[in-house]
Amino acid sequence: MSPTTNKSLNPLPMKERMKVPRQLMPEQPANERNKNFSEVNLGYNPELARQEALRCLECAKPTCTDNCPVGVKVKEFVELIVAGDFLAAAAKIREDNVLPAVTGRVCPQEDHCEGKCLLSKKVKPLGIGYLERFVADYEQRMGTHVLPDVPPTGKKVAVVGSGPSGLTVAGDLIQKGHKVRVFEALHELGGVLVYGIPEFRLPKQIIREQLDYMREMGVEFETDVVVGRTVTIDELMHEEGFDAVYIGTGAGLPQFMGIPGEHFNGVYSANEFLTRINLMKAYKFPTYDEPMVDLHGKDVAVIGGGNTALDAIRSALRLGARKAYVIYRRSDAEMPARAEEVHHAQQEGIDFQMLTAPVEFLSDGKGWLTAARCVRMELGEPDSSGRRRPVPIKGSEFDLPLSVAVMAIGTTANPIVQSTTPGLGTDKRGYIQADSETQRTTRPGVFAGGDIVTGAATVILAMGAGRRAAKSIHDYLTNGQW
Amino acid sequence: MFKITHAQFIAPGIKRFVLEAPRIARKQKPGQFVILRIYEEGERIPVTIENSDPELGTISIVVQSIGKTTHLLNSLNTGDSILDVVGPLGKPSEIENYGTVVVVGGGVGTAMAYPSAAAFKRAGNRVISIVGARTKELVILEQELRAVSDAVMITTDDGSYADKGFVTDKLRQLIQNGTRIDLVLAIGPIVMMRAVAELTRKENIHTVVSLNPIMIDGTGMCGGCRVPIDGKSEFACVDGPEFDAHKVNFEVLVQRNSMYRDAEQRSLAEYQRAAAEKTAAHQVEESCAIAQRGER
Repeated sequence: MSPTTNKSLNPLPMKERMKVPRQLMPEQPANERNKNFSEVNLGYNPELARQEALRCLECAKPTCTDNCPVGVKVKEFVELIVAGDFLAAAAKIREDNVLPAVTGRVCPQEDHCEGKCLLSKKVKPLGIGYLERFVADYEQRMGTHVLPDVPPTGKKVAVVGSGPSGLTVAGDLIQKGHKVRVFEALHELGGVLVYGIPEFRLPKQIIREQLDYMREMGVEFETDVVVGRTVTIDELMHEEGFDAVYIGTGAGLPQFMGIPGEHFNGVYSANEFLTRINLMKAYKFPTYDEPMVDLHGKDVAVIGGGNTALDAIRSALRLGARKAYVIYRRSDAEMPARAEEVHHAQQEGIDFQMLTAPVEFLSDGKGWLTAARCVRMELGEPDSSGRRRPVPIKGSEFDLPLSVAVMAIGTTANPIVQSTTPGLGTDKRGYIQADSETQRTTRPGVFAGGDIVTGAATVILAMGAGRRAAKSIHDYLTNGQW
Repeated sequence: MFKITHAQFIAPGIKRFVLEAPRIARKQKPGQFVILRIYEEGERIPVTIENSDPELGTISIVVQSIGKTTHLLNSLNTGDSILDVVGPLGKPSEIENYGTVVVVGGGVGTAMAYPSAAAFKRAGNRVISIVGARTKELVILEQELRAVSDAVMITTDDGSYADKGFVTDKLRQLIQNGTRIDLVLAIGPIVMMRAVAELTRKENIHTVVSLNPIMIDGTGMCGGCRVPIDGKSEFACVDGPEFDAHKVNFEVLVQRNSMYRDAEQRSLAEYQRAAAEKTAAHQVEESCAIAQRGER
């Protein structure tokens, strides 16, 4: 793991590199951005990017790449930034990652590349995510994608779902010369990137540009197709001539706590709340027809501590909520959300009610939510997840007045594909069984990955599964061996 | 885009559309629905499929003007298109030979009950259809139902056609006459379905209702369509839309369906105002044109 001694494009001696501070990400002021949906992070300019890139220690065995689910060659692309060849840097990332403008924004780098950066032993880690975003955006502005030129193989692959894992599979396989058709259930492409992650974290224009690029490469898309209902996996393979199918249908039905009052008007699942906002633009009612509860001057809480919870509550704040709470039953240390999002949310004025859980929702007697009856918790012994189990403190109940509560406590497997595909193995929770290396399912020619295999996880883990699946689908299509 | 190959009012405010949707037409089974979005700014609404023709690649739907989207939909004509139609969604009706099946259709729900009645008949059941409507003009699909039923009973709220009364009156009569009923399928307004459920619960007659909760994606993602079934949350889009009527919490269904009533009314009022202005402008244009022609 010692720094390389090969001749480097980086002019700074090793000792000097540690002295360069991590370049701060320019961002919209907290007090302005909590009232709009424009992006929070504004992105590096070329000077900031080059300055940050100079900090890379160019390890001989880069642990950043080893810890990247899609294996981005970090050292190489960062060196190209130092050299000032930003387009080459973007092309280098694209060898392993078809959605760099997305991962540069939403990937939890602290759990992957940056978490293992050698610099972090002494100082702050290299801003790999920020650099990735910079070159992806630069490439987009220049509008000079290099289209791969590959001979067609004559094989056809169906990809079910246009979220991050499906798009990764499509992007990788089209570059191997296979025909790829992506089926999407909703009217818009992008899956969770479009219906789930809000504009202020991931502008929809970014997704549209990535999709345009994939179309240019030859990927075909068909919206309004619910595979399992509109057409089955068997029909795709036997009637429509697809040689392989990748299932990336994503997370499923929202979970509820099973406490009294969850059916009151004003109680949403995070999926519904975010879908109304992001996909259906309900906050622009009546210009858009889909309605949602008007949040202006209302008190809103989200239940849960993940990225989805923060996306929901930060959206509520931007839509005029007077009070915006995160109610989480464990403490800060156990919160699964990305560190940067928690930090941003705190700056914006979100009120974090840690070690707290609702036990009941209360109403006005006409079915509308008025409050959450909550209980304070303390941490007991570690549970099966290794985290200390929250235990209610007797007599700590209190009522928190609320007009809207958003449940962001996880999802269960969507059953549609599994229940209409004979022989497709599932685990006891209903998720599709797939090999963790090859992403093969129990059905020959059928592969699966992302949340429909693992349960709710992150964009980059779904893309990692897509990457492995694409490789394994290519092998299968090339040698015909199952 | 999904082209409308045929559009025709079948009753005041109730229109039947035939749509080009080959994938859906191949797969549709009675009891299933589509979600449609008319235009870019439109909402997604669930609509039950009335029928399909796999050979022609078409499906038919029957729509009653209630809110903005259904009014807008019913202003479309043959040759127009709908931006998005996705389906067939939901589990199909469980069609078997039960013996005697009573199919109850209320209002526009009759159009949704019809394909199931036909399927029950094909499966060898004795089918008794009961149709209820507010008034004579709103009785729909009578001939179609007669063709697939052993008996058809009709009620109107105002007595303007057939018998005055409600569908439950007819169902009660059947029960009192000692008719053996193995299954009741009721599709219509929630109040009607609840009344049917209450009646058959006492008689221990297995009863199925088709629910119409608020829904966005219809594919098991948003969770908006949750309904307490036997005290447990179920999702109409993937677990339904048909459920055992005796296990449905109708009170919660009514309450949740009222969630956006104010917004819906506002939306409709603005739509109607805009439509009226458009008509007025059109009339002015026409009279100008007539005047000009007159001058010439």
